[in-house]
Amino acid sequence: MSVITIERKVLEKNDEFARRNRTLLESHGILALNLVSSPGSGKTSIVERTLEHLGKDLRFGVIEGDVQTDLDAQRVARYQVPVVQIVTNGGCHLEAKLVQDALAQMDLAGLDVLIIENVGNLVCPANYDLGEAMKVVVLSTTEGDDKPLKYPGMVRNASVLLINKIDLIPYVGCDLATLRGNALKINPHLQVFETSCTDARGIAGWCRWLREKEARKS
Amino acid sequence: MHELSLAQDIVEIIRQYVPEDRAGYVRTVKIKVGPLAGVVADSLDFCFGAIVGDTPLRHARLDIEATRLQSVCSACDTTFTVEGSSFLCPQCGSIDNSLVSGTELQVVEIELSDLPAGEI
Repeated sequence: MSVITIERKVLEKNDEFARRNRTLLESHGILALNLVSSPGSGKTSIVERTLEHLGKDLRFGVIEGDVQTDLDAQRVARYQVPVVQIVTNGGCHLEAKLVQDALAQMDLAGLDVLIIENVGNLVCPANYDLGEAMKVVVLSTTEGDDKPLKYPGMVRNASVLLINKIDLIPYVGCDLATLRGNALKINPHLQVFETSCTDARGIAGWCRWLREKEARKS
Repeated sequence: MHELSLAQDIVEIIRQYVPEDRAGYVRTVKIKVGPLAGVVADSLDFCFGAIVGDTPLRHARLDIEATRLQSVCSACDTTFTVEGSSFLCPQCGSIDNSLVSGTELQVVEIELSDLPAGEI
């Protein structure tokens, strides 16, 4: 019996593409966000409200990940920003190589912020680095205040938590303090915002933070 | 649930170390999987078996070691195992800590027998 000791990361190929994406994005001074959540938590609505709020001040690009359709890209294209759709055909997450291909279709010199909307899934995208500066996780009140405890991998990897659909709290029995507390128990460094894409509560605060973050990027 | 593509990545790593004419000698491939790697061990094992089924690597099996989720407290420097969903330091109660293990997904080693499978 002979043994070959190797210690190799299974996802090293993805990590290498992610490293290249990060270098490319940073060389253009682009702040890249990887927007993650379960399906239906309001990622695309967050993108739309953010574009409405900051579209005049910052130059955005959007990469839309979807399992099956280009519906989200159509929604985002109405805001006159460059958008590239990635359809994964059933794939449960975006990979760095797919993002590299999408970046090749964009004029990066004209961008300040890139939003990558991942496939709706709180498990798989947590482990695939895309080359982003940070992960922004969206949890909606309709999903329940225990969600952070069920998806610690994602909450742990995120820099920002948007608690979305706060306008629905009276109907869904979600306790905001509990949700926030559960998230901070797993990742005390999370920047947390409470938002509603319907009545626009909290959007200004999130956008103010994003604008400051963009201004401070190296 | 992307274990099939992970199994393909594992096969690709094995092929980088084991020449085609030695593939029939591979018996065990040791893998380390952390609780936060987002991987179902049984599913990975099943997918690996399906991929290597008709290839010279068909005698290889995965030996999957589940690692523990461990963190170091930023306040008192205690290393502790995260149980359930509590990341609180059991020593001082601080919530600020850095993971030292639990996210890994690694191919650790490949064991080859001295004889091809048919001659054991």
